[in-house]
Amino acid sequence: MTSTAPLQDSGQGSGSPNQGPDASHTAAAEQEHAEHGDFRLFGLATFLVADGMTFAGFFAAYLTFRAVNPLQEGSTYELELLLPTINTVVLIISSFTFHRAGKECRGGNLGASRLWLAITGGLGAIFLAGQMVEYFSLPFSLTDNLFASTFYALTGFHGLHVTLGVICIAIVALQTRQGGRISASDHFGLEAAELYWHFVDGIWVVLYGILYLL
Amino acid sequence: MTLANPSDFNGSLQPQGWLRYFSFSLDHKVIGLQYLVCGFLFYLVGGALAGAIRTELVTPLSDFMPRDTYNEVLTLHGTVMIFLWIVPVVNGAFGNYLIPFYVGARDMAFPRLNAVAFWLIPPAGILLISSYFIAGAAAQSGWTAYPPLSLTTPAAGQVVWILSVLLLGGSSIFGGINFIATVLKLRRPGLKLMQLPMYCWAMLGTSILVVLSTPVLAGTLILLSFDIIAHTGFFNPALGGNVVVYQHLFWFYSHPAVYIMVLPAFGLVSEILPVHARKPLFGYTTMVYSIMAIVFLGLIVWAHHMFTSGTPPWMRLFFTIATSFIAVPTGIKFFNWLATLWGGKIALNSAMLFSCAFIVNFVFGGITGVALAQVPFDIHVHDTYFVVGHFHYIVYGGTVFVIFGSLYHWYPKFTGRLLNEDLGRLHFLLTFIGFNLCFAPQHWLGLNGMPRRVAEYDPTFTTLNQVSSVGALLMAISTIPLLINVVVTAINGKPAGDNPWNALTPEWLTSSPPPVENWIGEAPLVTEPYGYGQHQDQPQEVKA
Amino acid sequence: MGNPAHLKAETSTRKRSAGDVDLPTKTTFDTHRSAAPHRLSKRATCTVPIRTALAVLAATTALVLTGLWVGNNVNMLPLDASSNAPTYDALFKVLFSIGTMLFLGIVILLVYSMFRFRRRAGDFSDGLAIEGNLPLEIVWTAIPAIVVLFVGIYSYDIYERMGGMVALNDHSAMDHMAMDHSVQQAQAPGRVWGGIGAAGMDAAPGGPVLPVEVTAMQFAFIFHYPDAQITSGELHVPTGQPVELHMEARDVIHAFWVPQFRLKQDVIPGQPTVLSFTATKAGTYPIVCAELCGPYHGGMRSNVVVHEPEAYDAWLQQNSPNRTTT
Ligand code: HEA
Ligand code: HEA
Ligand code: CUA
Ligand SMILES: [Cu+2]
Repeated sequence: MTSTAPLQDSGQGSGSPNQGPDASHTAAAEQEHAEHGDFRLFGLATFLVADGMTFAGFFAAYLTFRAVNPLQEGSTYELELLLPTINTVVLIISSFTFHRAGKECRGGNLGASRLWLAITGGLGAIFLAGQMVEYFSLPFSLTDNLFASTFYALTGFHGLHVTLGVICIAIVALQTRQGGRISASDHFGLEAAELYWHFVDGIWVVLYGILYLL
Repeated sequence: MTLANPSDFNGSLQPQGWLRYFSFSLDHKVIGLQYLVCGFLFYLVGGALAGAIRTELVTPLSDFMPRDTYNEVLTLHGTVMIFLWIVPVVNGAFGNYLIPFYVGARDMAFPRLNAVAFWLIPPAGILLISSYFIAGAAAQSGWTAYPPLSLTTPAAGQVVWILSVLLLGGSSIFGGINFIATVLKLRRPGLKLMQLPMYCWAMLGTSILVVLSTPVLAGTLILLSFDIIAHTGFFNPALGGNVVVYQHLFWFYSHPAVYIMVLPAFGLVSEILPVHARKPLFGYTTMVYSIMAIVFLGLIVWAHHMFTSGTPPWMRLFFTIATSFIAVPTGIKFFNWLATLWGGKIALNSAMLFSCAFIVNFVFGGITGVALAQVPFDIHVHDTYFVVGHFHYIVYGGTVFVIFGSLYHWYPKFTGRLLNEDLGRLHFLLTFIGFNLCFAPQHWLGLNGMPRRVAEYDPTFTTLNQVSSVGALLMAISTIPLLINVVVTAINGKPAGDNPWNALTPEWLTSSPPPVENWIGEAPLVTEPYGYGQHQDQPQEVKA
Repeated sequence: MGNPAHLKAETSTRKRSAGDVDLPTKTTFDTHRSAAPHRLSKRATCTVPIRTALAVLAATTALVLTGLWVGNNVNMLPLDASSNAPTYDALFKVLFSIGTMLFLGIVILLVYSMFRFRRRAGDFSDGLAIEGNLPLEIVWTAIPAIVVLFVGIYSYDIYERMGGMVALNDHSAMDHMAMDHSVQQAQAPGRVWGGIGAAGMDAAPGGPVLPVEVTAMQFAFIFHYPDAQITSGELHVPTGQPVELHMEARDVIHAFWVPQFRLKQDVIPGQPTVLSFTATKAGTYPIVCAELCGPYHGGMRSNVVVHEPEAYDAWLQQNSPNRTTT
């Protein structure tokens, strides 16, 4: 393969013989758009759509199992509600605290932002702890029956997301310190983490609905 | 390693020269060619496996290899061809190379993610193939990996298979995100969506499918691996699980996957035909809508692979109708291509021959597809060689033909040299004859009672199987002129100039091969990529 | 059709006025082109010369006739030995005919264009800037839509007649179903997951339905006749009587297929399925396992022996455990 691109000779010669008026270089005067907008958030949102589809697949599987595969005798779909409900509330609150952190950051109040981030992370950790407590108090284990397996797969997969979220929050909180990467004008990391966190919350609400309430 | 190009204002120190093709390059053109070459190597592997299949099937007895090896071979053949050849090349290779040009950008939206997406592929591929040697046995439950069979075959091989498909799926999702962001967000100012070359639309549609359906496959395979490793019972009927749910989830990905394999090919053909027919692409707007219609319909037809799986009657009815209707938007595309050719000044070079043959092959495969969509018809031929014939007509006769055609069309762009036309025509002829010889008889075999995925068969089918194997041999031979052509041309091929075809799409409006940042100076604003015949007063010269 | 020289003259200058067009020698396209070389999508007046119209009509008729001939005369299917096989073959004929017409039509158009419009040596001009044509687009959207609608409705009718649309779970014949206890299942007894019921067209002729329980396993089918207490590795059925197979798999998914009956149904572990048919021609036909089920999948075959009713009774007598010993 001929390697080095002939940089010098391509300037004027490039394809000019057959360019119509429309394909002209009139735009050459236009400003170079070297700095295109930031679409990292757009990319993240697309990724979250994909991630959401993974959950959608799990949900569909779970609902189908439930509709057509009766459980063995002695097993039940009933779950203790108190702990998960508290957990749900905790997670929803954490969405608001994260929102607050973002607002403070955009307002230039990095210290307050860091505090709200810490609270959010703390709530996330509480959620995870609650989840652990629930796991240990459940009357069934992973391979007991179809419902048990699905239950652990769904909550476990979601728990992984929460864990990742908490780690991200910790990193972002560190970055809001003096000289860190995040400032009032440049806070992609924080916004990304926020978007992700809201997504994880949203998934939990659906999950809570179909796993515990249904 | 030479020094970074001064014009590389991203400041990344990228190796230059041939070395960069082995590096973690961020240049979309390098990544595109990495995909292409890597994919082609896997095509040779998949083809060698197909050769083993066809050799086994020369005689009705299972005498060439052990029976479970046969199952491993056909599983690997299907997986390699789909996940390591078609999908990476028709999306990754051409998508990465062309899309930034088409949107007037200097690179993809996320160059680093792009490089990661590519570099997931070689390890995943090597992992997949090595499972045969390392794990003792490769996966042997077909590329569909239906449980409970996939739960009872040797576990190590199946787990490795899952792992590598997950990696490849991840690569595909990263690529898809990148394409969506590039097409929608990175367009040069002043360039409208409806002015983009058709391949952009095809890649946009494909990427939507990738983003919506691949994660479902990933989730499903994770559940499957739990069943294998942790002995959960999602898909294990002995533990109360449901095997049909797996099939639904699998096909929710794998039906859209067939459009992931063919929509980009549609896009590439839409680029090749106007150039060599010297006419605008006919019906641009309807072409765009039909792509989007295929995307939508493609997401809601998956259960046509499950007509005999014990689905309820209403479901079969719905999926029959939905599937049949895909013929409508697809038909629109085909008639528009024919209209593009009609009244043109067609240069019958290798690129064109492959593209026109694509039309023939795909229409054939599409029509058998519509037949398969009819429940009563499918009940007889499901899981027979009729289906094998159907999809090879589409994946090989469709997508692979387009890949070859695209190679002849864009090779001058990649290298600045033209591929040899005589060798190209020879390649075409051998491929076309071999292909039809190989796969046409399979329809007859299926209708008459030969199931697929068997190493031994009823002796009455011997002759047709032998014809099919001869066809496969011809296809194998046909790669020789291609390889010679590529190698010889790279060394002393005819210089192509910057724009050998006098094409109007933006990738030709720069040098061949293009400079690192695609254009010296400002990217041209191409609002009429198919404006052939409109500016006849400007005298033109054809160099080729 | 205009001759190439004519076309070339027309294409190479855009300043040609619309007036000097001699209509009779040109097709619709040519007319459009010369009238307005650009943006033809916006002007869609149609004046089709009689000769062209006739030629198109003749070609279409020839195509339709060829398709019909091929569909009716090229036989690609094995013997039809069940009552729904002729119905299936009728569907096949229709699909084959339509498919042939579409395929040939498109290929002929393509190959014709490739030769008729190929670039002559030395001609470096472009073709004409036709970018679209709305009426044409509508036509080629409508035709496939009508075709698939027709095909869909027709095949639905066929499927209905085969018994495919019967709601399976409240099927009375399910009472015969004896669950295979080797698979621990918590299914409600009698629930059937899919297949083809006996209430279709076959139900009437042969009187009572003959139930047979089918167990598929790696790598064999086992047939059990609950009424006669027979267990066999081959399926024996009489002509003319509807048979209802109650199928369940023991290990992995298999599929029961008899090409001569044009019928196939997956046999699924944990989810019983049902398949009904009425054999019409005596003979021995292969039973093929059509779902990959392991190394010996290709060897998982058996036979269905279709007897005339008397011969079937004799077979029953001979094999029944409670027959009187002679
Ligand atoms: C690139 C890949 C690709 C593509 C594009 C398609 C396209 C189509 N496929 Fe195919 N298919 C596969 C790859 C593909 N398929 C594979 C790999 C399998 C097997 C998987 C496995 O089991 O391993 C399969 C299996 C498969 C089945 C299941 C068979 C079975 O297992 O029993 C069915 C059933 O409905 C089907 C239908 C269709 C239809 C209706 C289309 C349509 O999209 C085709 C539409 C196109 C046309 C119809 C031609 C152009 C249209 C016109 C010229 C208009 C006029 C036409 C009419 C009015 C009919 N396919
Ligand atoms: C997606 C793309 C794709 C492509 C391109 C192909 C290409 C080919 N396939 Fe493929 N095939 C599938 C996808 C594809 N296949 C899938 C998905 C399945 C289903 C698997 C399953 O059931 O799970 C399948 C199954 C399948 C079967 C059915 C197996 C069975 O059910 O028992 C057969 C049988 O003939 C077959 C044959 C071929 C042949 C002859 C080619 C030829 O076109 C290949 C031509 C290429 C070559 C011949 C390469 C030439 C190069 C060499 C020979 C070099 C030699 C190299 C070395 C020695 C290192 N394939
Ligand atoms: Cu049983 Cu294949
Ligand atoms: Cu499909």
